[in-house]
Amino acid sequence: MTTQASSSSQAAQTSASRASASQTSDERVVHVLEFPGGYTRSTGPVIGRFLTGLRSGRLFGVRMPDGRVLVPPTEYDPQTAAALGTADEDWVEVGPAGTVTTWTWVDDPRPDHPLDRPFAWALIRPDGADTALLHAVDSGSKAAMATGMRVHPTWRAERTGAVKDIACFAPGEGPAEVPALVPAPDGEAELEPVSMVTLPHRLEYRLRGGTVWNHFIDGMAVGQIRGTRCAKCGKVFVPPRGACPGDGVPATEWVDLPDTGVLTTFAVNNVPAAGAPEVPFISGYVLLDGADIAMLALVSDVPWQEVRIGMRVRGVWVPDAERTRSVKNLKWFAPTGEPDVPFEQFEEYV
Amino acid sequence: MGNRCAVIGVGQTKYRTKRADVSLAGMVREAALAALEDAGLTFADIDSVVVGKAPDMFEGVATPELYLADALGAVGKPMMRVHTAGSVGGSTTLVGASQVQAGLHERVLVVAFEKQSESNATWALSTHSPFSASLVVGAGGYFAPYIRAYIRRSGAPANIGMMVAVKDRINALRNPYAHLKIPNIDLAMVEESMMLWDPIRYLETCPSSDGAVAMVLASERAAEAAGAATGRPPAWVHGAAMRSEPMGMSGRDSVDPRAGRDCAADVYRQAGVTEPRRQFATAEVYVPFSWYEPMWLENLGFAEKGSGWKLTEAGATAFDGDIPWNPSGGVLSSNPIGASGMIRFAEAAQQVRGQAGEHQVAAAVDGSRLALGHAYGGGSQFFAMWAVGARKP
Repeated sequence: MTTQASSSSQAAQTSASRASASQTSDERVVHVLEFPGGYTRSTGPVIGRFLTGLRSGRLFGVRMPDGRVLVPPTEYDPQTAAALGTADEDWVEVGPAGTVTTWTWVDDPRPDHPLDRPFAWALIRPDGADTALLHAVDSGSKAAMATGMRVHPTWRAERTGAVKDIACFAPGEGPAEVPALVPAPDGEAELEPVSMVTLPHRLEYRLRGGTVWNHFIDGMAVGQIRGTRCAKCGKVFVPPRGACPGDGVPATEWVDLPDTGVLTTFAVNNVPAAGAPEVPFISGYVLLDGADIAMLALVSDVPWQEVRIGMRVRGVWVPDAERTRSVKNLKWFAPTGEPDVPFEQFEEYV
Repeated sequence: MGNRCAVIGVGQTKYRTKRADVSLAGMVREAALAALEDAGLTFADIDSVVVGKAPDMFEGVATPELYLADALGAVGKPMMRVHTAGSVGGSTTLVGASQVQAGLHERVLVVAFEKQSESNATWALSTHSPFSASLVVGAGGYFAPYIRAYIRRSGAPANIGMMVAVKDRINALRNPYAHLKIPNIDLAMVEESMMLWDPIRYLETCPSSDGAVAMVLASERAAEAAGAATGRPPAWVHGAAMRSEPMGMSGRDSVDPRAGRDCAADVYRQAGVTEPRRQFATAEVYVPFSWYEPMWLENLGFAEKGSGWKLTEAGATAFDGDIPWNPSGGVLSSNPIGASGMIRFAEAAQQVRGQAGEHQVAAAVDGSRLALGHAYGGGSQFFAMWAVGARKP
């Protein structure tokens, strides 16, 4: 069965509503990228010294060859590329009070903002510095903010050697009291200088699959694998492509494919990873009957030692009642028991 | 090919599992300063900076080139970042070279790096695409099926991959910058190592490394001046090319990609190479999994299709063979991913400059033969190569 593109979006909607009344083809998928535990950053000696200062409740800048003082320090002179902060006398304690050089107001703080009430993001030039650092100012109201206003840091007790060791800046000269470190350092042992920080990142996307992918998924929801055919070269792509990668023209014709094919090649995976199947698992390329490109899939229901290039396989699906609008409906491919296909017959698809 | 271009300075960090003593910027700068020193120059002499690294998920730093401008003396100069996955070190070099060949700049600093210890490459390469399941774990999971297909297609004996794994690690013992040093390595040790992605064993894979590499590329005039001042000869670019192809194209040969063949053919045409095995003295080729040596021997025309493994088996690619491949120890011995391609290009340059130290291939120096630098990336989609020689093209 083939369907022209002009009617495919209608077909997609039809099969989507068949799959589940509560889901539509325009459903967005949440996609999260987050390295477990967070990225580390080796700080190097200059940034490390600045962060070590923050942990002890002190702000340090570094002097450039022209005499100006950079806060936060940089490792290299932005003008001459010379290494900075290599000698002790290049380090200058600044502030703690300073002057707001410019600012913007945040009416609705976000969950990861430093304050849970309206506040200002401000550039603050600590006394004795020639540059400004970015931080939050807890002024109470927008009306209380002004360029040129004096502010001082509010230090946390739980300081780890991070810019958040300063909870925020507050209006006025201070005093900027530094509470004793919590937890208290262990006996007389010196705290090690900061040389490494951990920075969790989380990127959360909400993505639309697009017309072609949605029609494919709507097929998977009812146990039907669908591909597209290029009008120019006639090749059938599965998973479907909106345009032929070889000819660059729209692939407009839909093709229903069987769930049988040949295993063109494979790997036996012994490396465990979150989200991946239990090891050992076999990932391989299955050239479905009638398709012109092999599809990446799992192979199972067979001891890994018996998996062969050229093995005939058939899709194994989740039971009808468990089907969702997902590629995961097709669990894996299993051997059909038919004779193997000679390598020469599918070599060009490897 | 435009104006003449040459390598006048090379700098490398020592490749390590973890460089906790420096920031990313400090590590990159170490390589850049070493390259400048080799060229007898300072940042002030550089007209343009080109940097390259692997995908941002590796360290989680978006647009690292902005952060690195201070460290690389790029303030007030053109600076850009190149991004072609694992081949990026090669393409970064060639983007820099094109600025010289086009007559835009006299001296260009190219730098490539990776600080893999800040995250985990297998994780960064296994972030499945939004609408599909996670079926591949790491680069090895991706490439293992193609290696299996190569073995089936060529009929190569099972020990060829192990032979490459041993050869490159023995070569690494002569390279002071190499990461892996396994003095007692032999076939039995490789064979006994864990099968990670069958048919790829643990010792048939590349390590995860922190490190950076830099080169100073120069115009003919600047190269002659630098060579006279330092006494270290330039490496002249005789041919350079890049090619790419889509990952999922019907009829695409993922084992022997056309983009690789076309890229090599372009470089050879520029350099006048018709018999690669005879006209190159040595080759530094991107071999992250041992079986890629015989695969690329065929793809790059050093052997007929189906017979690349015979060169490996006969010892032709060993340090004392007629065409040594990866005398530095290669990617199998050091792999700061974004830098790995540029290290191949830089090692090829060092060979024809006579600056390769203990792993110097004697035949590379006299100027009668060239050296090949090669990089590939993505799903064998991106290729970058150059041919360099001691004589002007």
